[in-house]
Amino acid sequence: MKAKTTDLSGTSTGYKVFAAVVLILLAIFFLFPLYWIVTGSFKDAIEINAKYPIWFPQNPTVDNYARLFEHPAFKWLFNIVFISAMAMILTCLTAALAGYALGKKRFYGRAILFTIIICAMALPKQVIVIPLLQEMTFFHMNDNLWAVILPTVGWPFGVFLMKQFSETIPNEILEAARVDGAGELRTFFSVVFPMIKPGIGALAIFTFVNTWNDYFLQLVMLTSDKNWTLPLAIANLQGEMSSDFGLIMAGAALAAIPIVVVFIAFQKYFTQGIAMGAVKG
Amino acid sequence: MAQNTAAAPAQQKPKKEKRSQFSGMSKALVRRETISAYLFLLPSLVFFVSFVVVPMFICVIYSFMEYGLGGIKGFAGLDNYIKLFQDSIFHRGFLNTVLIVVVAVPTVTAFSLWVSSAIYKMHSVPRSFFRCVFYLPVVTGSVAITVVWKWILHPYYGLLNQLVGTDGFDWLGTSSTAIWFIILILFTTSIGQPIVLYVAALGNVDQSLVEAAQVDGATKLQVFWKIKWPQIMPTTLYVLVITTINSFQCFALIQLLTKGGPLNSTMTIMYQVYDTAYRLNDLGYANAIGVILAIIIAIFSAIQFKVVKTD
Repeated sequence: MKAKTTDLSGTSTGYKVFAAVVLILLAIFFLFPLYWIVTGSFKDAIEINAKYPIWFPQNPTVDNYARLFEHPAFKWLFNIVFISAMAMILTCLTAALAGYALGKKRFYGRAILFTIIICAMALPKQVIVIPLLQEMTFFHMNDNLWAVILPTVGWPFGVFLMKQFSETIPNEILEAARVDGAGELRTFFSVVFPMIKPGIGALAIFTFVNTWNDYFLQLVMLTSDKNWTLPLAIANLQGEMSSDFGLIMAGAALAAIPIVVVFIAFQKYFTQGIAMGAVKG
Repeated sequence: MAQNTAAAPAQQKPKKEKRSQFSGMSKALVRRETISAYLFLLPSLVFFVSFVVVPMFICVIYSFMEYGLGGIKGFAGLDNYIKLFQDSIFHRGFLNTVLIVVVAVPTVTAFSLWVSSAIYKMHSVPRSFFRCVFYLPVVTGSVAITVVWKWILHPYYGLLNQLVGTDGFDWLGTSSTAIWFIILILFTTSIGQPIVLYVAALGNVDQSLVEAAQVDGATKLQVFWKIKWPQIMPTTLYVLVITTINSFQCFALIQLLTKGGPLNSTMTIMYQVYDTAYRLNDLGYANAIGVILAIIIAIFSAIQFKVVKTD
């Protein structure tokens, strides 16, 4: 009654304590898989196959990593970094251009185009992966890293997000650039681009993380082991040697840690941008 | 200069929506803007058409073909679709998929809303911490998360059996438990994005309305349902739709943990698409299942739009 707090967590201290306890327990539960991957990757075979829980490696060893690198693990890591980075750059560039046109230009077919994009976003992405493989095979691009990159760039979410951001640019600024004699491209790169930078940052991190983790597309497109990505390789390894959990945890750690670090470093852009795109939509 | 030449061609009152886009623009300007707009759109459209629109059409066309190992064997008409109705694996997959969606979507939505409302008023450090923690499984990736769960659930070396004391019990090899673990893991990888969205939406709720209601003596719950809930409705709709689409497409978990088994108890439509295409090499049938999956998702999304919008 007396307090002016307005959140759902209410005024009663009892509820607040309850909420805090539940949140902390949940946080532990959500952090645990990552903890178990990392500690597991340093356990030796005896500890991995122990009959009782070993919460922390007693005799830490890098043996699992050594065995992982008997495989072309660096190549796999390179492949996934290359795919994610290329998809990120191309998506940001094409989506920024298209989003600006959709958000700020008045032209014939604008409404229809936007409707098509919204509908395509509701399409199950994985359903078109199988016909995509036929298409890639037709162009002799199957089992090629670009077969994963190009379809990722085609996905219209980025255009949608960039449209949301472009709409916030005041018309007067564009008008002023035009009056000053700036051409279309000049206007885009020196006026529009700096203003939608936060949106591009969000889209970049979103695309990078999602491409890294788009297992289905990688599974279908990349068949020979030199073209595998790290996540795909771990999935395939755990099929072959299903009980060598030490090796598999080392692979999982190597696949997860870089992307987690990238995410934590840029999470501010990410959370702002994604929320803005969705809330306005 | 462009604005000055605008001759404002006959601004009729009716058909306002169609006209308003170009109001105040000359014909030449509209043409110029249209050309430049399409040039800006071109790179993106090339990718979109080549890798989204074209495969969509291929998918529909192949679904009417008999397409096996050796390539297209001929036109199949509706055979692939008729086969669906007689295929007991598809029936099982359909029921399992609906079970996953019906359990996961409301749980994810309600749970992420609760977490968000508990953390959105926090100081920015703990708020970022919790938001990050719940997003972590999404970032870690379905493969890494799945393989660690496979270890945790292992009958002999798994942590779960060691903690519960059920040595040797095969959680993923038992029909009655396997699907619930799939749903649990799906849940942990699904709530990250809704929490990010809800935290932002709750932060944007108009505070003057909240305060006005409090002055009038509204309780916490009343404030939430009467004032905040309607304002975060667009976010709820978005969360429902993306969670539904993700749950329908749940694949990595199933392929890596159970391969649809035991006894098809974790078979889903998406896994059957993959299995039919690459193990059974029946591409025509696989694409037909894919088309049906797309239609089912469209129906679910449309229902959500209807229900949420009329509220």
